[in-house]
Amino acid sequence: MSVQIKPSQAGTLESSDILIMLAPAEPGTGISIELVSPTIHQFGDQIKKVITDTLQANGIKDILVHANDKGAWDYAVEARVKTAILRAIS
Amino acid sequence: MKNAAGREIPGSIPGYKEFTPYAGPFVTHPTVRKAGPVLKAVYPGADKVVKTLDEAIEASGLKDGMTISFHHAFRNGDYVINQVVAAIARKGIKGLTIAPSSFLDTNDELIPYFEQGVLVAAQTSGLRNKLGQFLTTNKLTKPVVIRSHGGRVRAIESGELKIDVAFLAAPTCDIYGNINGVDGPAACGSMGYAMVDARLADTVVAITDNLVEGPICPVSIPQHQVDYVLKVDCVGDPKGISTGALRITSNPRDLVIAKYAAKVIEHAGYFKEGFGMQLGAGAASVAAGKYLRDTMLREKIAASFAIGGIVGPFCDLLDEGLIGTLFDVQSFDSRTIESIKNNPRHQEYDCTFYANPWNKGPMVNRLDYVVLGATEVDVNFNVNVMTDSNGIMMGALGGHPDASAGAKCTIICAPLMRGRLPMVTDAVQTISTPGETIDVIVTDRGVAVNPLRQDLMENLKGSGLPLFSIEELKKMAYELGGTPKPVPVSDEIMGVVEYRDGSVLDLIRRPM
Repeated sequence: MSVQIKPSQAGTLESSDILIMLAPAEPGTGISIELVSPTIHQFGDQIKKVITDTLQANGIKDILVHANDKGAWDYAVEARVKTAILRAIS
Repeated sequence: MKNAAGREIPGSIPGYKEFTPYAGPFVTHPTVRKAGPVLKAVYPGADKVVKTLDEAIEASGLKDGMTISFHHAFRNGDYVINQVVAAIARKGIKGLTIAPSSFLDTNDELIPYFEQGVLVAAQTSGLRNKLGQFLTTNKLTKPVVIRSHGGRVRAIESGELKIDVAFLAAPTCDIYGNINGVDGPAACGSMGYAMVDARLADTVVAITDNLVEGPICPVSIPQHQVDYVLKVDCVGDPKGISTGALRITSNPRDLVIAKYAAKVIEHAGYFKEGFGMQLGAGAASVAAGKYLRDTMLREKIAASFAIGGIVGPFCDLLDEGLIGTLFDVQSFDSRTIESIKNNPRHQEYDCTFYANPWNKGPMVNRLDYVVLGATEVDVNFNVNVMTDSNGIMMGALGGHPDASAGAKCTIICAPLMRGRLPMVTDAVQTISTPGETIDVIVTDRGVAVNPLRQDLMENLKGSGLPLFSIEELKKMAYELGGTPKPVPVSDEIMGVVEYRDGSVLDLIRRPM
């Protein structure tokens, strides 16, 4: 059984926040993340890992993620992804 | 080989001088006689005034391959640098080295002239904005040479940097070339950087929008150093030259850093009647002055002098009798420009007097305290003020390495984190000031003392300051934000960071 996903977003472009945008993807295509961040070299992999882990923990397997990061810490990334998921499946 | 700051430096760098690697703050000594400009004679009846910029460039004898210089006291209000380079380009002159005392935010307009080959090399204290980005990612025939303010004077006086023509923006100039910075619509205060170029360039062109018959008084740059005088409509925008009254920050993080810095000054051991200090122009450094004022009043202790680039709050301390004399190489705001004009204890002085390591003693040598900012610091107390978190040149050495080397106690202010980036790291991207000249690092979450300074550590115990080892601060930062991965860089050397004595402190490589 797969969840019905509609486009959603959460977060802002304020300093120390991240804007997460979710869009449905074909089943079997997996999670693809497009990340923009001022610290992509230093923390790009870590931000992607938090996004992926949060999606997987919430049962999302196939999705397109656009993330525009403004220096968010891990807990903020996780919170924004969770909120975006709730909005996508509500 | 590794230099004394632990950086890998090759034996030679294409397009750069023969050099020695950095070996320590006071290890590389002068071995030559002072260099000077060519001797010239101007006889009675001569007319120095030229009508157009074209005429000035022709008269100056500027040719392909020469070196031109400018001063940066007009900050972001400067109209002269871009105008002069554009005029030089129109005349078809190419292959120039540009060596201003620093580049400004407005110098992005120079990028096309680098692309066209009008400018082929740059030597500066600072680089910003798109020009910084451009010069970090586009290879010139020579790497950009980055020097401190003191290091630049050393380079000029030792003959390493020979300036053929200096184009000096002049707030007021008389027809025989006397210049001051305190009168005229584009008043900038101290002419401390320009004074060096006027004294040592082969040819000096004064560019003013306030040409007077004269002789003027006071004189900062005397007529006997100036070849030509050009009147233009406008040399700069007063709003960009002086920021108006400088306001103390209300950012609580900067304020807590400032409070800690003032407390370090109070307890570190040199807070005695007649001490000497320099505070940087960063938000936390300026605010530290405010807290220090309270302490000075409470303890009835006054400073005998303060130096550096000067800001308004320092002029207030001068008026209150809490500072004996201000030595001013650059006046940052309108309050300071007023003060240097009217207060005889507010002394204009040039950059060799301020910071040159190779003279018979610059003022930095007499500092008890200096409070400065940092983009980032590392566990070896090295400071970076030159490149951003992605390795792009976007800062300025300024007088940072000079004051740090001179002062008995050098205090660096920085937030522990910017966004999620730790500002105390394992290794800074670029070393602009070596750690052995840094004594105390003050962050919003704790203060660390260089283990080389057990005396300071002893003095600061019991001060109530939150003392940590630098490793503990780094750990705290990495736990909060995560461990940053290093920025990948190529082998291409885009910039050479010279220590003030001309040895090679670090290299700036092109980010991938």
